[in-house]
Amino acid sequence: MLVPLSWLKDYVDIDVDADVLEEKLFSCGFEVEEKYQVGKDISGVVVGEVMECEPIPETHLHVCKVDAGQGELLQICCGADNVCVGKKFPVALPGAVVYATAKDHVTIEGLMTIKKGKLRGYDSCGMLCSGTELGVSEDMYPGAGYNGLLVLPNELANGADIKPVLGLDDWIFDISITANRPDCQSIFGMAREVAAILDKPVKMPALDYTESGITKDGFTVSVSAPDLCPRYIAHYVTDVKIAESPAWMKRRLALVGINAISNVVDITNYILKELGQPMHAFDGDFLEGNAINVRRANDGEKIVTLDEKEFALDSSNLVICDGEKPVALAGIMGGLNSEIRETTASVMFEAAKFARDNIRKSSRKLGQSSDSSQRYSKGVDEYATVMAMKRALHLIEELGCGKVSSTHVEVSSGNSIEPAEMKASIAKVNGVLGIEVPTDKIVKILTGLNFNPVVNGDELTIQVPAYREDMESYPDIAEEVIRMYGYDNVIPTFLDAAKVTAGGLNTTQKTELKLKRALCTTGASEGVHYSFFSPADLDLLGLAEDAPERKAIRIINPINEDLSLMRTTLVPQMIHAMARNQKNGRLDGRIFEVGNKFLPKSVPLTEYPDERTTLCVGVFGKDESFFTLKGIAEKVAETLLVKFTYEAVTMPFLHPYQAAKIICDGKEVGFLGKVTYEIQKAEDMRESGYVMEIDLKALENYYGAVPKFAPISKFADEVRDLALVTDKSVTCGAIEDVIYAACPYVKSVTLFDIYEGKQVGENKKSMAFTVVFAPKDEELTTEAVDKFVKKILNNLSFKLGIEMRS
Amino acid sequence: MQDLNELSAVIAQIKQEITDGFATLESSKAVYEFKKLFMDSKSGKIGALMKEMKNIANESKAAFGKGVNDLKAWANEKFDELDAKLKEQEALARYENEKIDITMPAVKCKCGKLHPVTQVRNQLIDIFSSMGFEVFEGSEIETDFYNFTALNTPQDHPARDMQDTFYLSPEFLLRTQTSAGQIHVMEKQQPPIKILSPGKVFRSDDDATHSPMFTQMEGLVVDKNITLCDLKGMLDELVRKIFGEGTTTRLRPSYFPFTEPSVEVDVSCFECGGKGCRLCKGTGWIEVLGAGIVNRKVLANCNIDPDVYSGLAFGIGIERLAMLKYGINNIKLLYESDLRVLEQIDD
Repeated sequence: MLVPLSWLKDYVDIDVDADVLEEKLFSCGFEVEEKYQVGKDISGVVVGEVMECEPIPETHLHVCKVDAGQGELLQICCGADNVCVGKKFPVALPGAVVYATAKDHVTIEGLMTIKKGKLRGYDSCGMLCSGTELGVSEDMYPGAGYNGLLVLPNELANGADIKPVLGLDDWIFDISITANRPDCQSIFGMAREVAAILDKPVKMPALDYTESGITKDGFTVSVSAPDLCPRYIAHYVTDVKIAESPAWMKRRLALVGINAISNVVDITNYILKELGQPMHAFDGDFLEGNAINVRRANDGEKIVTLDEKEFALDSSNLVICDGEKPVALAGIMGGLNSEIRETTASVMFEAAKFARDNIRKSSRKLGQSSDSSQRYSKGVDEYATVMAMKRALHLIEELGCGKVSSTHVEVSSGNSIEPAEMKASIAKVNGVLGIEVPTDKIVKILTGLNFNPVVNGDELTIQVPAYREDMESYPDIAEEVIRMYGYDNVIPTFLDAAKVTAGGLNTTQKTELKLKRALCTTGASEGVHYSFFSPADLDLLGLAEDAPERKAIRIINPINEDLSLMRTTLVPQMIHAMARNQKNGRLDGRIFEVGNKFLPKSVPLTEYPDERTTLCVGVFGKDESFFTLKGIAEKVAETLLVKFTYEAVTMPFLHPYQAAKIICDGKEVGFLGKVTYEIQKAEDMRESGYVMEIDLKALENYYGAVPKFAPISKFADEVRDLALVTDKSVTCGAIEDVIYAACPYVKSVTLFDIYEGKQVGENKKSMAFTVVFAPKDEELTTEAVDKFVKKILNNLSFKLGIEMRS
Repeated sequence: MQDLNELSAVIAQIKQEITDGFATLESSKAVYEFKKLFMDSKSGKIGALMKEMKNIANESKAAFGKGVNDLKAWANEKFDELDAKLKEQEALARYENEKIDITMPAVKCKCGKLHPVTQVRNQLIDIFSSMGFEVFEGSEIETDFYNFTALNTPQDHPARDMQDTFYLSPEFLLRTQTSAGQIHVMEKQQPPIKILSPGKVFRSDDDATHSPMFTQMEGLVVDKNITLCDLKGMLDELVRKIFGEGTTTRLRPSYFPFTEPSVEVDVSCFECGGKGCRLCKGTGWIEVLGAGIVNRKVLANCNIDPDVYSGLAFGIGIERLAMLKYGINNIKLLYESDLRVLEQIDD
């Protein structure tokens, strides 16, 4: 919120500079996001009087002698048409900085530094300035809008700094107001705080006016939706003369970024900024039926707002109607049909409180917003509503733009605007803080904030002003006290009163961390991807229309379509990650992610979905293969103390012959394989990628198992190598299974060589295995092992037609 | 061979042969082969001499035997000497042959890294675990009730505008704060409660400094007589452990619906020590987290008696902490799985 220091000073005497004020506001909970002097860019400009002025022949220029309080007259060449002897203008002395303008003298094109120079052979020692060159608009200073020199009042002293004259020495504070303090969303609201901070009295704005006795007979206001409009105040103004607002008002509006329009409209905007109460002015002559009704719109009802946009409404929108029709979209914007025009002769002012939630929702739904709707969305208090109407009527009189009628109608659902009593224990207030704030300090602080505290022993009684809707109980009082007393006074303690508790990770958390660390040892780094992905990601995987992954939860209001579905698999983002790395020139790497996938029980959601912790691993590069990734799968199994087996599988995004499902205890828990060439091409991958997904949630039952020690035999293992020739179609797994089944002494079977070629014949391959036999209760003799080998070979021959390689 | 004279001649000849032969031997292996020619008990020349014993007269047998044995001893000594010399040379040569350019690149021990967010998260968990905090990870998808209403943020509350929420249905949403999970804990457990809730949270913000998903860690203590001083003490301890001794905190008033009073917590700039630098934008302070005393209504919503118990809560943006600590300048870098980024940080 923009707060000009000069405006603030109307209501509180500020005797500290802008920097000190900023710091004090900050420590009391008002962060100044930005603070700048209005004329921050301008320097070295003073008041100067033209003493002589001669035209330069055959040009539009004049050569002038200017008294700029420098002791001697300055010679300055000037091209403006309104330069003349005896008038005072702003003079930019050599070294001054002003705005540079384009040829039109209106468009600002950055800054320029004034230097001594020559124009058409004449020395020129400075520049006479226009309003534009000083960054001053007509609204900021009358006459500044003229495309020529800015004429200054004659009573100014030559050589005086121009900044105070034009208000360029004013400061603007852009203050961030927290959501619990809507009462500070105005200049006056901030003035109340500043007064408390600086320990000064707050001055009330002028609210007095005189009613003319003129009445609008039979005029009624009814509120059919009191839940959405707890207070509505209407007051008629007659004999209206629409004109320009006075310079001071236009200037203030300009400082907070509002264009002046006309006196009546400007008054409503002025009050919005000053008191934080949105107001609306209706042209009384266009209100029919001598009545106002505040009601929910009928379905399909239409209104055209001031900006000539038409809206079709429904019962969620609140409208202000005259006796016949909607004349305003409550709290958002007035209707075009009752707009203030130059010819407006009577005005009905509205000051109302509308429910912030309704205005916010209506504004969003209709896509229509205004300063009013934004203000209402933050919450307006009824104290301000009442005050604002008085202030508006005062300004009508002050500006002389109409007569305040005696027709004032106020409809309220009965909320008091008087202070409400609140009692609290001082001990409890201090108990929140953990320090003892002296009672006299508490009283002083609360007095400054208009709480009128009374202390009786431990009992503190305060009167909460109606605008402090945030005050609910003693912690709120504690907050008021400490923010004014100073958080520096909080002394660190370390849970002195708290019980000792046992902390730490649970089994699942520990196991996941152990797993992540184990994955790091495989050379994989951990990545994190968004929990949402794109429908296009499901298409990329080539998933069938009825694939379970397509049953994804949709975000109603996503940032964009690419972030619109809760992910049902971690694979596509991993593929993207592998592709992105390759685009960055990283042609090999390993990435893993542990994150949730989201499986709805029903769509749309009616109960919590299944959030499944899932591991996804992606490896890519020349040295990677199905088997390197399978090695990582084995690492996972080893870390979790489980055993995985693998079966061929078909998945649309995996190589048809290099894909497997991962099985643990007979249950499918994941898959791995090579990403299809089609996807690699679509993703511009130069090196093949392999991807694995494991449902960790399904493995959670195994977490926390304690490894069991197997006693070491005192007898040595016996090792035999078997070179076998087999049909190409026989799998390594099948051979291993037969070997294990043939002999209970087999401890491990490991393929160590594979060969295909002429020497072993067509459609054949040679496979060499190392078989380790572990002794049990007695030493394994050579004869015994020879017997085992014979049995193994027999079984291989019988079951798989495999022969020992000759 | 009949007499000792003849033996002397043979001995002299063998000695000569050996001495001559030595000049041609260049390896210990050649020495071994050459030695066999003389020393082999069956076929060697010296071995063969012993067989002549039977032809020697009895009175000369002793002298003959001594002569042969002396020769054997002499030869062994010679062979051993040469063998030792050549073996030493060979050992030196082997080392020399294996000379390498030690400035050539190392063979890398490839080990991946945990995500920077995981690293900071683990550090925070370590700190708070030792203070007796349990870790509770709630769900990413929450109901409106747990995310807002139970946290004192009813439908019409302006705070709902502060954080744009992703909705999945009128009832379900992506949690905007990990505080949501605390309600679940407090519903099930009476004080003393000390929990830490790390997790992903979501807000509809996507620009240079905001990511629609980020990680928060919320801490909650509920017990008797918990005060703002405890909050300050705990946070001081936290920042010292994360950013180093000498780091302090500054509390300033703020607003969150679920705490009252609420504070923003700034940490003294660990880069410049508070003098003012680019990192702290010249202020000497860096905003790192939000905190406060748990709102009485939140406790009451969870059936914890606010007249008996009080609590403190704080919420930290882990990305922000990680970015500050490691000097990462763009939050988006944390979600792109760029190995050039991920492989850098190992703290």
